[in-house]
Amino acid sequence: MRTPSFLIIALLVGGLVFAAALAVGNDYVFFAGYVVLQYVVLSTAWNILGGYCGYVNFGTGAFFAIGAYSTVAVYKLIENNELPHAVPIPVLMLIGGFVSGLIGLGMGYLTLRLRGAFFSIATLALAVVLETLVVNWDFVGGSRGAYVLRPETIAYLGNYVRYLFLIMLLLAIASLVIARLIERSRLGFGLATIRDDELAAEASGVPTLRLKLIATTLSGALMGMAGAPFPYYIAYLQPDSTFALDYAVNSIAMPLIGGTSTWIGPLIGSVLLGSLQQIITVTISSAVNLLLVGVVLVAFVIVAPNGIVGLVHKYLQHKGDDFVGRRHAGLDAPEAAADAGATPEAPS
Amino acid sequence: MSGLLQIDNLSKRFGGFVALENISLDVAGGERLGLIGPNGSGKSTLVNCICGTLRNEQGSVRFDGRAIDGMPAHRRTHLGLARSFQLPRPFVSLNLVDNIRIPLLYTVAARGTHHAADYIEDHCHGLLREVGLEAKARQLPRDLTQVEMRKLELARAMAAEPKLLIADEAMAGLTHSEIEDILALLVRLNEHGVTVILIEHIMSAVMSFSRRLVVLVSGKKIADGKPDEVMRNPEVERAYLGQ
Repeated sequence: MRTPSFLIIALLVGGLVFAAALAVGNDYVFFAGYVVLQYVVLSTAWNILGGYCGYVNFGTGAFFAIGAYSTVAVYKLIENNELPHAVPIPVLMLIGGFVSGLIGLGMGYLTLRLRGAFFSIATLALAVVLETLVVNWDFVGGSRGAYVLRPETIAYLGNYVRYLFLIMLLLAIASLVIARLIERSRLGFGLATIRDDELAAEASGVPTLRLKLIATTLSGALMGMAGAPFPYYIAYLQPDSTFALDYAVNSIAMPLIGGTSTWIGPLIGSVLLGSLQQIITVTISSAVNLLLVGVVLVAFVIVAPNGIVGLVHKYLQHKGDDFVGRRHAGLDAPEAAADAGATPEAPS
Repeated sequence: MSGLLQIDNLSKRFGGFVALENISLDVAGGERLGLIGPNGSGKSTLVNCICGTLRNEQGSVRFDGRAIDGMPAHRRTHLGLARSFQLPRPFVSLNLVDNIRIPLLYTVAARGTHHAADYIEDHCHGLLREVGLEAKARQLPRDLTQVEMRKLELARAMAAEPKLLIADEAMAGLTHSEIEDILALLVRLNEHGVTVILIEHIMSAVMSFSRRLVVLVSGKKIADGKPDEVMRNPEVERAYLGQ
């Protein structure tokens, strides 16, 4: 499927989701749905670096928080200068995305020579450093946190949370389109070679450092964009909860549960796990949330190491955990499938 | 006319261990050079220094008239230096065609030649056919035998359309007829103007392929010349057969 038609279908599905949420007639659906959509963006963004490129980032919370605190900084700037609050949220998202992207680029330069667990530890350290900076930065509220007053309603939509939901829905669609584009492009092939073998990638002419920097920047920018509307959603932003490890853990768990090598994996994982978390928060308790993530993750690592996408593929192929190689099955020419002889390709 | 590859006084140390000591080597365009030496003599280290996988502490490497010391490996590949790895390093999550596609997308494209997707697809299949892997084009590297992985390794290096191809033990474990096939392939490449450095333990292959032979022993170059003369060299005999 070509990207324009994919975009149209994604927008149609998005429209349906929004219509369905309206049909329920309870604004709590938007309130809870916003969080799920936010995780669609975060896990898709995480997967660009973690899934495609193989670098496990534990700093999702930091990038998210940078986006959120960019918004707070803009808000405070406007407030202190007694200007009208006229900066629309999409613009705030661009600002948050830009700042986070920049931090992503910087983090890449500092840490990408590290591999495996060392890279992950470095990202965790980065998150702690950034949190310390924010806690000590009075302008954005320091450790006391910051209040952001959001309008009660907005034209055409009514309740403001509906507007936030709609924006996050659009961002989720945008990030899925971006992830899918990367997957099918030269960049996607390049990132896959980095995940597989960096030495061989270099020997084949892949500029590994540059590609990794593109991945950290893009991934960071999307996370920041997801964080930018957050102060308006939560109204009171506090460093502890904004930099929380929950974001990192969830945005790793969701792609792993869904499957890390395609754009659809993080989507499936975040919708499933995100919704489940929202339901449990309401019906049982919010503390059970992370326990659930842990249990589900352990179960998946044991039963389905390639996630739900892997399970489905396995079912279709009746042939072990072969799904990793089907990434570009869409490009297969029919005669090539015939050439493969003994192993017929499953339709995908 | 200066050589394609000029190595001047190259040394490489790993801690206190001297892996390569003052190696100088000139390779002219179009040569067929065999590089031999006992295990641990520094052959692969030399390849790694030439290709940028390792940095040499001393000496210099020039390729095609340019100093390439400190240049990242991928830029050297773009300049026309390709290698196969001694232990095959395929891209495990990509099928064979896509493995071959990478150098076409990144190296050939970096030289300003942008091929259409169809051409690249055909070319990938063509290269796989040349090494006899066409039937497995859509399979993953893990479905291959070790021998087939070596062939894939070679095909991937060839796909970068190099000026100089370094084949690091591409033939270990192959049957006699397979060795013949690979040798014929390398000769054909050479006839098309590609300079080939062959690193090999199989002496019959080296002797039939090489027009010039270089021998490394304990990180030093002990002989360099016509293959039969080099093999008669007493130092070489001592290194290979003992006193």
